[in-house]
Parts: sequence; C-alpha cells; structure tokens
Amino acid sequence: MLRSKPVADRPDAASILKEARKVLAPHIGQTSRRAFLRTLTLGGVAMLSGCSLDEDDQVEHALSMISRFNDHVQGWIFDRNALAPTYSQSMLTRPFPFNAFYGVEKAPAIDEAGYTLEVSGLVADKRPWRLGELRAMAQTDQITRHICVEGWSAIGHWGGVRFSDFLMRVGADTGAKYVGFKCADGYYTSIDMPTALHSQTLLALTYDGQVLPREYGFPMKLRMPTKLGYKNPKHIQAIFVTNSYPGGYWEDQGYNWFGGS
Amino acid sequence: MSSFPATVSRTDPEPHGGAIHPRWLRLTHWLNALAVTIMTTSGWRIYDAAPFFDFTFPRGMTLGGWLGGALQWHFAGMWLLVGNGLLYLTLNLFSGRLFRRFFPLSPQGVLGDVWKALRGRLAHDDPRHYNQVQRAAYLFAMLDLIVLVASGLVLWKSVQFGLLRELLGGYEAARRIHFVAMALLVGFVGVHLVMVALVPRTLLSMIRGR
Ligand code: HEM
Repeated sequence: MLRSKPVADRPDAASILKEARKVLAPHIGQTSRRAFLRTLTLGGVAMLSGCSLDEDDQVEHALSMISRFNDHVQGWIFDRNALAPTYSQSMLTRPFPFNAFYGVEKAPAIDEAGYTLEVSGLVADKRPWRLGELRAMAQTDQITRHICVEGWSAIGHWGGVRFSDFLMRVGADTGAKYVGFKCADGYYTSIDMPTALHSQTLLALTYDGQVLPREYGFPMKLRMPTKLGYKNPKHIQAIFVTNSYPGGYWEDQGYNWFGGS
Repeated sequence: MSSFPATVSRTDPEPHGGAIHPRWLRLTHWLNALAVTIMTTSGWRIYDAAPFFDFTFPRGMTLGGWLGGALQWHFAGMWLLVGNGLLYLTLNLFSGRLFRRFFPLSPQGVLGDVWKALRGRLAHDDPRHYNQVQRAAYLFAMLDLIVLVASGLVLWKSVQFGLLRELLGGYEAARRIHFVAMALLVGFVGVHLVMVALVPRTLLSMIRGR
C-alpha cells in the first residue's frame, strides 16, 4: 500500500515544476507554470485537445476559480465538532513514511539551542517562544490517520500542545480568517481559523512518545487529522494570524487551499 | 386537457409526441458522458500518484498533466457529474419514466433476452422499449455511479462524512471501492459503445430525439 511511491512521486513532480520555473521564469515570469502545464494538461483527451493556447489558459483559470469555490464549500461543510477517528497503538504504520518535496537526507537539521518560534500578525503577545516553554504547557497526544493528497494514508502517533491553547495563550484574534506558517525548509502554508481551533489540531512536539525526529519535522509540526498531508507544516519557524490570504507552497501551484478531509 | 388518457398510455408509453428520447434526457445523457470522461481520465492520473495495484495508467490516457491539475479537473468535474446526475434522477423518477422504461425487470427476463440476443432473435422494432438486458445494464450504471459518488465523498471528506466512511469500511476500503466501481463503469461504457456501434440508429435517436 505504501511502498516507496509516496516519496518518489511528489518530489518528482516538484523537481519538474522547479526545473520548468527556473528555465522559464527569467523570460516570462508569472506565466512559467502555465507554460509548463500547457504542454501536458490535456493529455489524451482528444475531444478537448484541440484547444488553442488561449483557451487552455481560460480552462486553467476556470479550474482555479472552481478550486476557490471548493474552498468555500469545504469551509461550509467543516464541522468543528466532527472528530477524526483515532486508533490503537497496535495499528501504527511502521515505519511511518517520510514525505516532502525533497529527499529525507535534505530534511533541515535544527539546533534546539538556537531555535525560537516567531509569532506575529493579529496576536496580542508577539514574544518569541522557546521549545521549553511549549513543553511546559499542557500536553496531549493522539493516534490518527494521515491522508496524503496522493491517496495513500498512514496511521501515526503525535503529541504536543493543543493549537487552540497556544492561540489563546498568545491572544490571537480568533475572528481572523487565516493562520499562516513559515518553515525552516522554505515550505509555507496556511489554514482556516475553524480548523486551527479544532480540538484535534496539535502543535506536535513528539512522535510516538519521542522528541519529534528530524525527518518528521523537528522541532515542531502542525498536525491536523482533518487536513491532507501538505497542509501539515513541519519544521515550523514562524506562525502568523492574518486576514489576507497567505497561500502555500503547493497551493500556489494548484493544490486546493482548504485541503481538508 | 386530459381528454383521452387511455389512448395515450396504450399506444405511446412516452407522453412526448413522437420523441423516443425527451430533450432533457438527451441533454443529461451527453453531459453525463462528458462528466464521466473527465472524472475517469483525471481519476487515473490521481491513482497513478500512489497506485495500489501493480500498474499505472499511461500518461497519454490521463487528464490534468500533473497530480495538482488532475485534482482540479476531478473536483470540478464532480459538480457536473453530481448536478447533472441529480437532475437526471429527479426528472426520471418524478416523470414516472424510470418505472415505465426500466421495469418490470427480472433475472429470468434478462437471461431470456440474452439468449434471444445470442440467437439473433432480439427484436429492435420498437426503439421506445428497452429490452431486459438494457434495463439491467442502465440501472447498473446508475447504481454504480451512486457508489462512485458515495465512496468519492468519503475520500474527499472522510472526517466530515464519518457515517458514510464507516458504512464503506473506512478510508482505505473506500479507495478500493472507488477504484472497483470505476473499473465496472469503464466496463459498462465499453459494452455500451459496442452495442451502439451494432445498432447505430439508437445513436441518432439519442442525438436528435427520434
Ligand atoms: C460517448 C459515449 C456514449 C455514447 C455514444 C452513448 C450512447 C447512448 C445511446 C445511443 C443510448 C440510447 C440507447 C437506446 O436508445 O437504445 C444511450 C443510453 C444510455 N447511456 Fe449512453 N452513451 C455514451 C456514454 C455513456 C456513459 C459514459 C454512460 C454512463 C456512465 C452512459 C449511460 C447511459 C444510460 C444510463 C442510458 C439510458 C438512459 C435512459 O434511457 O434513461 N452512456 N447511450
């Protein structure tokens, strides 16, 4: 079921995209992604492949509009009291798969001594956090299913601080729309406030009872069993609360922003 | 208005003048064919991102270019599939056409018609009448599409549709069900197209109505 596919496919897509961007960006800037997609988008569907480049652009535009519409629908469907199923220790997927837009050897190695978590935006208290302070807060843990956008899933065991506790502690404006994340590996993403406040959303500091290892996102990962894998940022360095749409690494390339289950 | 209902129901099971297929049926049929094409070809690309059998679909047969593109097509196509499907089912059900056209239906009847077809004795003289094999096949397509949509909902929103998830045996089971239902639908479409090729005038009536 898991094999090594998950690791292989996404980095592959990512590297192709990056390559295409690198080559095309200097020449045509913003349109580089489109140029890349244009050659591939309409694959084998003969009835649609007669499109001119113009129409192809329009198709892409229409698809992103529908994706934004789907964000709203999902926000509307989202029930803060609906809980993701939890599992027993014996059902853990071992080893839990590594997945990122790079290989495991490139996962950032962060030194705890020099690490601080930045908090900014619509929060009362913008003081940076040390790991010890987070460990001193009430801890909780859960065994839940991680579902990847590619379709595979794996059961893992995360522990840490309830994210809603953290948001309360920093005096976040919980009426704001988004919480954004910036990560040590250059990854970035953002989530909706209702999901941020969901009781199963954890600022995870441990994996299966051990300090969160490097490959799973040391020093911390936002773990949400109500969202797909790419919405769960690892190696978080900065958290901000905002009303202006922050996007995300994959989201900006076309993955659905809400990305929730 | 209803001066001679008895005559109408005896000579013409469709209260639509001479049309074999009413306009709404033709419209929803072709929109469904488009939706199924989009959903299947983009679905293959999504499957390819994490295959659970020992094969993947050749890229040339898939829609979307990359996983993100395929997902955009899939989650756009679902609105067409579901909206159009609900329209078809509602009109079919409330016009009474569903019962007129697809029933009675019995295993003996289906086997009997298969036997007749094999001996080349299945009558095609009345295009308003579906034989029992057609009835079974079309009803199967409708049910299979319902299973596809239900399992798709579980894959899309497994937490929000928790009851449906448990009914289907969990997220991973729903993935297999979704795939098998896709494969069965592709099988149906294959047979369907062969039958249309064998009796081409049905295609004309599905386009023009008569
Ligand atoms: C481009 C491909 C397709 C062609 C050429 C085609 C053609 C036809 C034709 C000619 C009929 C009328 C049969 C008759 O009057 O005896 C028909 C009926 C039907 N087709 Fe298709 N079809 C196509 C795709 C599909 C797909 C993809 C589905 C579903 C997945 C489908 C489901 C049905 C159903 C359920 C009926 C019966 C509709 C009713 O009477 O309510 N077709 N099709």
